Amino acid sequence: MPSKVVKEKSMIIQKEMIANHFRELSTAKETGKKVVYTFVPGNISELILAFDMLPVYPEINALQSGMRKKSEKFIQDAERIGHSEDVCTYVKCDIGMMINGNIGPTGEKIPPPDLLLLSYTGCFTFMKWFENLKRLYPGVPVAMLHTPYQEDKKITPEMTRYMVKQLKEEVIPKMEQVSGVKYDEEKLKNILRNSSKVEDAILRIFDTTKNKPSPIDAYFAGVYYIGPINSGFRGTPEAVNYYEELYSEIMERVRLGLGPITPEGEMENERFRLVVEGPPNWTHFREFWKLFYDFGAVIVASSYTKVGGVYDMGFRVDPDKPLDSLADYCMNCYTNLNLEQRIDLLSKCITDYKADGFLVNSIKSCNSFSAGQLMIMKELERKLEIPVGLIESDLVDPRYFSYSNIKNRLESFFQMLDQRKIILNY
Amino acid sequence: MKKYYLGIDLGSTTSKAVIIDEKDKIIGKGITNTRANYIVATEIARLEALYDARFTILKQKLKDEIETKFEYAKYIADVESAFKFLQFKKRLDKLNMQFKETISTTFTGEKQDKILGFVEGIVEKIEPVIKHGYLYSGTGAKNQFFRDIVSEHYNKEVAKLDKEYFDSLILVYDKSITPVENKLTEYDFKELIYESLEILNGKYENIEETYSENPAVDFDVELNLLKGNYKKLHDSIKEHISFIANLDIPIDNMVGTGYGRALLPFPEKSIKSEILCHAFGAHAFFPNTRTVLDIGGQDTKAIQVDSHGLVTSFHMNDRCAAGCGRYLGYIADEFSISLNELGPLAMEASHEVNICSTCTVFAGAEIRELLNVGQQRSDILAGLHKAIVMRAMSLLARSGGVRNEFTFTGGVARNQAVIKYVTELVRKNYGDDLTINIHTDSIFMGAMGAAMFALRSDS
Repeated sequence: MPSKVVKEKSMIIQKEMIANHFRELSTAKETGKKVVYTFVPGNISELILAFDMLPVYPEINALQSGMRKKSEKFIQDAERIGHSEDVCTYVKCDIGMMINGNIGPTGEKIPPPDLLLLSYTGCFTFMKWFENLKRLYPGVPVAMLHTPYQEDKKITPEMTRYMVKQLKEEVIPKMEQVSGVKYDEEKLKNILRNSSKVEDAILRIFDTTKNKPSPIDAYFAGVYYIGPINSGFRGTPEAVNYYEELYSEIMERVRLGLGPITPEGEMENERFRLVVEGPPNWTHFREFWKLFYDFGAVIVASSYTKVGGVYDMGFRVDPDKPLDSLADYCMNCYTNLNLEQRIDLLSKCITDYKADGFLVNSIKSCNSFSAGQLMIMKELERKLEIPVGLIESDLVDPRYFSYSNIKNRLESFFQMLDQRKIILNY
Repeated sequence: MKKYYLGIDLGSTTSKAVIIDEKDKIIGKGITNTRANYIVATEIARLEALYDARFTILKQKLKDEIETKFEYAKYIADVESAFKFLQFKKRLDKLNMQFKETISTTFTGEKQDKILGFVEGIVEKIEPVIKHGYLYSGTGAKNQFFRDIVSEHYNKEVAKLDKEYFDSLILVYDKSITPVENKLTEYDFKELIYESLEILNGKYENIEETYSENPAVDFDVELNLLKGNYKKLHDSIKEHISFIANLDIPIDNMVGTGYGRALLPFPEKSIKSEILCHAFGAHAFFPNTRTVLDIGGQDTKAIQVDSHGLVTSFHMNDRCAAGCGRYLGYIADEFSISLNELGPLAMEASHEVNICSTCTVFAGAEIRELLNVGQQRSDILAGLHKAIVMRAMSLLARSGGVRNEFTFTGGVARNQAVIKYVTELVRKNYGDDLTINIHTDSIFMGAMGAAMFALRSDS
């Protein structure tokens, strides 16, 4: 495998976008821009942009701290002030970062929030997280947007109305109050027009794994691809440009019959195609990824890349119905789907992308993702007769990443896929 | 020419080797508890399996005679026992040398002489006792390691001596046994097998005398038949013995598995995960197997397999020692008994003491507390055995439960108390109609699976 690191044009564009964003954040106090802290799943970034405010996503900061080997100290600092061992490590990493001066992943200071926008989608910890932030930043208004869970496998008109009511009566007034800007529906519609284009491009991009070899890794590279939509760019022209560029690069790979790009160059021999459920480990992201590409395993779809929006089952924003669209978008995010819907979605991925196996990365400190994973696994194994596997790690606590245990299980899992060929042909 | 395949399973506690033929039939198996390094362990297990293979081939050649004439079966079993004793004797000689070296480097002056005198006396005493055990009471068939056999007799003799020297004598043993276990003792099969025949001639010649002196010896029917017959038998078998002694057993392909597999000097394709090997081995022994529970030294695995023996999913406990074989090792140390004695002692329990600790280390503290309040050792041990099985049950539940048939494998599957609780709890949770398979060779199933992969991937 060549060791040359390939930097595609899209990578450079993305890097600039993210850097600009953090630069803008670091100068927000001087420029007078208001800052909204909110979460990735069910993020209504378009609405934040409509008020010319800047979003901050604590999970993104935490994962970035994890990748930059800063999370261990942050977590320990948070534990020292009383957060128990079992608390979500994103929360602890973030609180640790804040009590250490809130220096963000790029080394620039992240401004304190002007508004805490708690868009609640399937993760109870989000509420507790913001209760903590409220205490850390006394006096900052909190806007709560409650997203009803898809218990009955569907979104009813009542559910949409309930959410739109919250947007109109709770979220928008608070945003107006904080930003001093009047709500402008036409502006929101325009932003959503871009979102709609981005959504289309994302679906096309992740659909390219239908090719053999798959031109992309939909998990390890996928988390980079979803970077812009998960960090506030969804409704921007920059995002439209980025995703079109990315799509054309990938199509060029398809045309040339190339496999996915890894940190060590192109993966040349695709041996296994997998669908992965659960977030990756961030503290050992490179080692973790390497364990897969060294075995010739490519991830053809992952649920994690759908936390910022699920588009596979037909949902798109409708710019002409902006608030209804935002409501439906929130209710459609992965962690707000019931387990049956998650199974349906994963089954579709396994079938459409011709996966050889299904793998769960169970995260020690993430209850919202881990709940139901064993059931999902068993159900997929039964329904599709596909080999399934489970590994365990954590989001950003490096103490829970055991390289040898993960390697041992992965090796067994890959051999399990391989042995079918040996034994069934014997 | 016949082809043979070798499977090596390098576990955390023991290393195993299995040789099979082209029809998946086990020809030889070997096991060692050496902790030296995996290369030595592989070699010891492999050579043991090769010796064992020669006996298996001998038995195959004499199949008709063994089936129709009792004395043949008895005579061959006796040759094997004598052979095993001679192997043991070679290692005992090495241990004796090691004892002397340890004594000379650990003690000085008068104490050195005193200890040396004691140890020489002990070795002199235990050797004939152990030999007798091999020749008359099946010591070689008990799956005991060299260390277990020697320590049992050594400790008995030490107990009879002056208490003042107790610690020193135990120290000599502890310091000497590991270096001997960690070295490969080479045997010349031919030399040992002919010597075995000589030993047997001696045994049968004096059989009546031995019997009258020692009524504990089982003077069974076969032995009676052999009494006047052994010379004839010896002559008719000798030719076959020389055939197997000179036989070449070519290994066509081999596969390694177990925790040490990455250290094997095998090509990548010849190294397989122990999960696949255990499941495949278990499925070969019991073709209707659908769920496999493997409790090894360092992890516990619940494996689901399909009708081909292919793994469809597995769940592992590789995080916590409570629930693995090591837990039992730790407990044995706490009670100052050997691993082999744990199960039998737990079986004597009148009830199981409830063990609350979910951690191996803290279970140690709990044991001491329970002993202080007067609980019986056997009852505590029964509780500990049940605790380890309870953990395995929760792993089985996570992995999708138990499907018929259920096969229990791994080193721990040799412990009667574990077997008792596994059977009890599996039946209680998954129904009485379930077939539960436990084989005396459960510990070899990983190596068996590896050998079967070797056969199937032989190009």
